[in-house]
Amino acid sequence: MSTTTRTGSDVSTSNNAVLQGAGKVVGFVDQRIAANNWLKRNLRKIFPDHWSFLLGEIALYSLILVLLSGVFLTLWFKPSMAHIIYDGAYVPMRGIGMSEAYASTLQISFEVRGGLLMRQIHHWGTLIFIAAMSVHMLRIFFTGAYRKPRELNWVIGLLLLTLGITNGFTGYSLPDDLLSGTGLRIIEAGILAIPVVGTYVSYFLFGGEYPGEDIISRFYAIHILLVPGLIIALVTVHLMLVWYQKHTQWAGAGKTEKNVVGYPFFPIYVAKAGGFTFIVFGFIVLMSALIQVNPLWFYGPYDPSQVTAGVQPDWYVGFLDGALRVMPPWEFTIFGYHVTPSVLLPAVILPGVLLTLLALYPWIEQRITGDRREHHILERPRNVPVRTGLGVAFIVFYILLWIAGGNDFFATTLHIPVNWVSRFLQVSLIVMPPLAFWITKRICLGLQRRDRDKVLHGMESGVIMVSPEGEFTERHSPLSAAQAYALTAHERPQVHEAGAPTDANGIPNPNYKHDRRRARISRFYFGDVIPKPTREELEHGHHGHAELEAHSGSDATSDQH
Amino acid sequence: MSRSSSGRRTGGWFGRVLTRRRRHPLAAVTVLLVVLLTCGTAYAAFTPSTQSPLGQATVSQSTQIEEGRQLFAIGCASCHGLNGEGEIRDDGTVLGPSLVGVGAASVDFQVGTGRMPMAAPGAQAPVKPVAYSDEQIAAMAAFVASLAPGPEIPTDDMLDTEAEGVDIARGGLLFRTNCAQCHNTSGQGGALTYGQEAPRLTGVEPKHIYEAMLTGPQAMPVFNDELLDEDDKRDIIAFLTAINEQPDPGGLGIGRVGPVSEGLWAWLVGIGGLIAFAAWVVTRSAAARSAERSSS
Amino acid sequence: MTTSKSEEMSYPVDHPEHAGELEHRAPAGDPIPDPGLHDPGPRYTDVNPQAQKRADRQVAGMFGLASILIIASIVAYVAFEIETPEGVPNVGEVQVSNFALGMTLGLALLLIGLGAVQWARTLMTSPEFAENRKPLVSSDEVRQATLESFNTGAEETQFGRRKLIRNSLLGAMALLPLPAIVLLRDLGPLPGDTKENTVWAEGVRLLTDVTYQPIRPAQLELGQLVNVMPATYRDLPDHGPAKINERAKSPVMLIRMLPEELSPFDDRENWHVDGIIAYSKICTHAGCPISLYERTTHHMLCPCHQSTFDLADNGKVVFGPATRPLPQLPLAVDNEGYLVAQSDFTEPVGPSYWERGTR
Repeated sequence: MSTTTRTGSDVSTSNNAVLQGAGKVVGFVDQRIAANNWLKRNLRKIFPDHWSFLLGEIALYSLILVLLSGVFLTLWFKPSMAHIIYDGAYVPMRGIGMSEAYASTLQISFEVRGGLLMRQIHHWGTLIFIAAMSVHMLRIFFTGAYRKPRELNWVIGLLLLTLGITNGFTGYSLPDDLLSGTGLRIIEAGILAIPVVGTYVSYFLFGGEYPGEDIISRFYAIHILLVPGLIIALVTVHLMLVWYQKHTQWAGAGKTEKNVVGYPFFPIYVAKAGGFTFIVFGFIVLMSALIQVNPLWFYGPYDPSQVTAGVQPDWYVGFLDGALRVMPPWEFTIFGYHVTPSVLLPAVILPGVLLTLLALYPWIEQRITGDRREHHILERPRNVPVRTGLGVAFIVFYILLWIAGGNDFFATTLHIPVNWVSRFLQVSLIVMPPLAFWITKRICLGLQRRDRDKVLHGMESGVIMVSPEGEFTERHSPLSAAQAYALTAHERPQVHEAGAPTDANGIPNPNYKHDRRRARISRFYFGDVIPKPTREELEHGHHGHAELEAHSGSDATSDQH
Repeated sequence: MSRSSSGRRTGGWFGRVLTRRRRHPLAAVTVLLVVLLTCGTAYAAFTPSTQSPLGQATVSQSTQIEEGRQLFAIGCASCHGLNGEGEIRDDGTVLGPSLVGVGAASVDFQVGTGRMPMAAPGAQAPVKPVAYSDEQIAAMAAFVASLAPGPEIPTDDMLDTEAEGVDIARGGLLFRTNCAQCHNTSGQGGALTYGQEAPRLTGVEPKHIYEAMLTGPQAMPVFNDELLDEDDKRDIIAFLTAINEQPDPGGLGIGRVGPVSEGLWAWLVGIGGLIAFAAWVVTRSAAARSAERSSS
Repeated sequence: MTTSKSEEMSYPVDHPEHAGELEHRAPAGDPIPDPGLHDPGPRYTDVNPQAQKRADRQVAGMFGLASILIIASIVAYVAFEIETPEGVPNVGEVQVSNFALGMTLGLALLLIGLGAVQWARTLMTSPEFAENRKPLVSSDEVRQATLESFNTGAEETQFGRRKLIRNSLLGAMALLPLPAIVLLRDLGPLPGDTKENTVWAEGVRLLTDVTYQPIRPAQLELGQLVNVMPATYRDLPDHGPAKINERAKSPVMLIRMLPEELSPFDDRENWHVDGIIAYSKICTHAGCPISLYERTTHHMLCPCHQSTFDLADNGKVVFGPATRPLPQLPLAVDNEGYLVAQSDFTEPVGPSYWERGTR
């Protein structure tokens, strides 16, 4: 610990008043907790630049905006189901009995200046927050960024997504309008379907019979305190881990597993991330100024005896609603007790299984590949065709459920009977994901071949040459060393081969079965990958390429196709 | 980013840019954005507007039963029979239901909204351009009403939503209890079984709304004046008129159907737009040309 | 992997040096050597003072415009009043206020962001750096020292030897969550038989919903649909959840079709009055209240998950995920000629639950 006296001036030597002021603050803090030890190491910390690395930032900044607008809304919102007669500004509801929650939401929308804007910011912000978390996780998945040492952050991210959806749903329910009340009722049916304890859980959650008068105030506590607290805590850990473990990067010239290449945190990242924060804020506010969201004055207050055509949840719950829609009827009794898989499977078991599989995926893949090394260089999706195929199959499955969640909407928009839409989706959910897996894998392998050809023969330049014989060919321009390196810097894993069932002395190998299974999985995972060009092939390729340039080459292009 | 130095002077400016830029790392992103924007705009363009003026209903005074009979014989009798008794095919399917007792209101609704005459029998009788003049419709209505007593065409004062005692909010409550299950709380319509649809209620004349409740056209059940009286119906119509004329306070209405279109917008416009900004944030600003670099 | 059989703490470590054993490592070396960090060269603004000045003005302009827009948003807040509760429908004013506030604030925020990023892109002079990663696993010495410290500490607690202390502590800790669960007991009452009963009973009149009129059979036409509540519903207390809870399970739809179109079960022959039948509105799948009745097909569709019921055939499920027919309410006419219920529903309404069949 240094004992020299410090002043602000030894932090910043600038003449600028702002910088001097900042320097004084740093000096003040440093003299109390020796903050400069940490700042020295971290002010110029390097962060790589790529658009796909900003998806998580979109989620973070929209979360901040959602928190800020949410605080504004709490100033007027009354989380009460007490029955009142509306006497506010919105004429088509005057004299109607409703809960205080719904009435106060109308008040925020029509009597508080900027209230509707804040409601719309809160709603658009949430839709974008959860969508941004989803695309962020897809990016992490398809590039293998969840691999060691980042498995923990993958799980934390998945928890954040789950908490985000939970909070989205509780928030959607708070205004106590007809649409959200109907959604809540479907959740109640899901709870009732839980064997043995379902009815009790429902009575405890709703404070008695559905809907009771407690659920809004209980959801309010969950929505503004419990879940946001957990989200903030987990986001903090998430960011600390990103900071500590340093960001991953794409393969490229000068980039290795042992370094990270990019721009310093201060000033570039402070300016860019800080600026992007405001861009996200501004974008969502502009959306909220221009596009109406959740017009609950149309829906009316919740009345459990009413329903509206076109009942849909917000997009992030849509896949569950879709699963409920396409599930075939199925109910049976054991010893007189009822089990209803037609509700239980889609509403309770499906999300549970999906979340568990997603959470465990990093370890499942480690088991399959046997790869327990650290990875900091991202994989291009094409270079891991099986993982990419699995991811696309999942996306297709999810989107089909999503379409199912709006099947009536699509039916009326496209003028197709809704029954046909449902039947089509039931078949598609079984057929399409495997098909998507297969097609994606083929596409990935095709792209691998294209990369290989690019390295060997150069890039299509878009310049069409006419040979003296009248033949049209496209000229191929050679890749730069950096481009060629980026295309070949990945690993080409080799398939695990099972050993012999017996050793030389005819004694059976005790691990043979296990070994064979591993070999089979390994073949499934890595069996088809296209080898990258070897040095010899490259030399040959460049030789051919030289010819191409010399003779306006027709022979080299024939080998290309 | 490679800077091509050889200027190829073939093709137009646009073609050159396309050729040069299609290998650009952001080319795919650009194409994606163009597609997203196109989809978003197309969606907005095709989402029907919720506001349209309500025309004035006119009630014909004359009852030319004979003229109506002749029009009916030409335009309707092939399915409904010469005397409106209905036609049933040999296999038992109904070609056209009996019109005895359906009343003038039924004719005024079916023909006045263009649902009848139908182009072909089917699950849904779609709205088409109206085929007859107001006088002709009145004549046919008079003819059908003469077959047996049935619901009358509502008079103007039954449709007067400005009259004293009209309660928009009560109309809304009645609408949500009796109508919204099929027509949606903002009157956007919805799907029914096997290709049938509950139609949109925006831009529908008050008279036709009244007649539909009274007569229960196609799959719609009847809401007669006994159990949903004239005042109730007038309140419902006043509510629908009010919300149809009401602007969308939050901006674009995006169909007023709630979460499905909101989800599409959040993804296509929201995430799409923000990713476009993200792609810009990480780019480096234009590099110096080599001539300038050497001069510096 | 190292696993120790002793009682001492240990944890598996994937030593980086073990990684070489993995057979799927890439074939040694890449075909193309790493050309090293690529220098993209100076930007236009780095070498051209004019461009630099332009960028400077651009960024400052964005920040300046943002200030103006922020002031404008305050002006918009004051200028665009939204109407008082006594006024005419004020939705138009809300639209203007929302648009003005949102556009000014949104553009201001966006411009601040664009300005900051543009500043970084064009004027800030940081080059691209490579920073070394430090290993994310501690060195063998540190690991060994940690293990020793831990084992020393563990030894000093005598945790391993003092079995009584250990077990009694574990016991207390295991019991601790119980009060937390017990304390939640009063979240709600036990279900009892509330799920099986509604306020429908013998002789309870059917009232039209909203207007609460009793109904005579002659008032219903063929193809009529009436949304109905029990007369007993009106007697429930206004405050408290009784009314809304009852609305969640006793709403009924009343329908008239030709008596010959009905095909009732044998024990339901007398449940209709001249083709007037009543069914629970609560869907047996997930509990949505349904009354999407098609008079031509006698189908009842649920808008939530498209379960479809045939009301001419005892509410049978003809499509969708519902597993049970809609409960039917047996009807009769009282001596004043109004429609009444013969009894409560003969089965619980709404979605299935575990104990459904036991009472």
